[in-house]
Amino acid sequence: MSDTPRAAYLPEGLPSPVPENDGLSAPYWAGLQQNRLLVQRCPHCTTWQFGPEWLCHHCHSFDVEWTEVEPRGRIFSWERIWSPSHDALRGRGPYLAVLVELPHAGHVRMVGNLLGDPLQTITIGTDVEGVFEHHHDAVPRYSLLHWQAAG
Amino acid sequence: MTARATGERTLRGRVAVIGIGETNYYRHGASPDPEFKLALKAILAACNDAGLDPREIDGFSSYSDDRSDAARLAAALGIRRLSTTTMQWGGGGGGCCAAVANAAASIVAGLADCVVVFRSLAQGQYGRFGQAGGIGTISGERAYLMPYGVLAPPQRFAMRVRRYMHEHGVRQEAMQAIALASYHHAQSNPRAVMFGKPLDPEKYNASRWIAEPFHLFDCCMENDGAAAIILVPEERAGDFRNKPAYVLGAATGAGYRSGAMPHNSPQYASASFETLAPALYRMAGISPADVDVVQSYENFTGGVVMALAEHGFFKPEEANDFLVLDNLIAPSGRLPLNTSGGNLAECYMHGFELVIEAVRQIRGQSVNQVKRNDVAMVIGGPMVTPASNLLLGSGATL
Repeated sequence: MSDTPRAAYLPEGLPSPVPENDGLSAPYWAGLQQNRLLVQRCPHCTTWQFGPEWLCHHCHSFDVEWTEVEPRGRIFSWERIWSPSHDALRGRGPYLAVLVELPHAGHVRMVGNLLGDPLQTITIGTDVEGVFEHHHDAVPRYSLLHWQAAG
Repeated sequence: MTARATGERTLRGRVAVIGIGETNYYRHGASPDPEFKLALKAILAACNDAGLDPREIDGFSSYSDDRSDAARLAAALGIRRLSTTTMQWGGGGGGCCAAVANAAASIVAGLADCVVVFRSLAQGQYGRFGQAGGIGTISGERAYLMPYGVLAPPQRFAMRVRRYMHEHGVRQEAMQAIALASYHHAQSNPRAVMFGKPLDPEKYNASRWIAEPFHLFDCCMENDGAAAIILVPEERAGDFRNKPAYVLGAATGAGYRSGAMPHNSPQYASASFETLAPALYRMAGISPADVDVVQSYENFTGGVVMALAEHGFFKPEEANDFLVLDNLIAPSGRLPLNTSGGNLAECYMHGFELVIEAVRQIRGQSVNQVKRNDVAMVIGGPMVTPASNLLLGSGATL
């Protein structure tokens, strides 16, 4: 895991992620800004859950807790994107998106970008570690979680 | 015999499609007519096809938040009595068969007597589906995707297909065969937007990547137009101009937590038919071997691979052997697929052109008519939740 300042993977101008107006995901987004990855876990039945919901999908407890987990996992799937579909991405291609599963957190999955050469060969199952990317100047400010091959 | 006398809860044999109608199909933004006018034209074309007075319509059913509102349609057409107005939840083509099922269910339940099912689209008027822009902040599922450049539909589905290819050893050529079949059929179909624009393997392979593993030709078009069908109870099916196509079965929905976002569906490498395919066959009382022709929604070719496997036409590990052009083309391939050209090459009417083509096959009116034509399947919206499917049959199947 690293947190050295670096250029953002994608150009500025994409929408800023914000919590829903009911606040469901607010702890997740706040956590990323503090270099912490938070995932919901049910204290009653130990079920992990991501994305968040107001109750545990297994035992229906409303006491689901945000639990900090290590930002590491393995590549579950990937795509190399060549065709821009947002003005901010014109001329910025190809780039890589990966779906990463977290075996130590109930195998929940999350999407991020895979840092490094966009033409690199990617193997499903490769271990990766998280890299926080802070957009402190964005309004509203937000942070993202990217991935790179585990060192 | 229909199942009517048994009291069984089923659509089988109780409802018939007696009219089909379409506008011209256009490239996106090219329709000279606004969207609502397209809807009206398609509905009137379906009435004309049936020989039905449009004022006898008493219900409307659609999907994907169609903007042509049922109350306005009813007023515009001057129908005498509005009975049922159903909208299927969910976006895109996952509802194209569900909208038919909802209309059929309304008729079987006695809520309506003559229901139009339709889809209308004019992207010049309302903007394109594939582009995202002009948004400052984003929340909900898209917040976990868009900041990473995962915005447009191909980008949202490519990782599902990549995982499926990984788990089952499916090769790019299997997806290519699906694209080739649609383009092959479109060359006989003057309605098709890609009529006169054939595709071959070299052109497919040379086409640009949109999002690996999708080449340009793995992705549906975007189009303008409208399409409609008319449903009546089985006992009225013989009163109209054309041979009826009976609903044999339908199913809609998805399996356990299929909608868990973002990309957290337990059955991720799936087109979402694990529960729907068995339900469809159960209602229709048939097996995959009884299906004569299939129209399977191509948002992306990879979704068709999954959808056909989940409907039991081959095992996932057999996809490379089964999915070759010769097997997929009318009149006599093993499983003629998307015989009008489908979403890839006829028109992306969010799959409703597929429903209409299934009716044509049952009638014997397709430009790519299959030899055996008693049972036609439509599969709507692979990889979305809810998805849906439909089986239509000739009178001989009842």
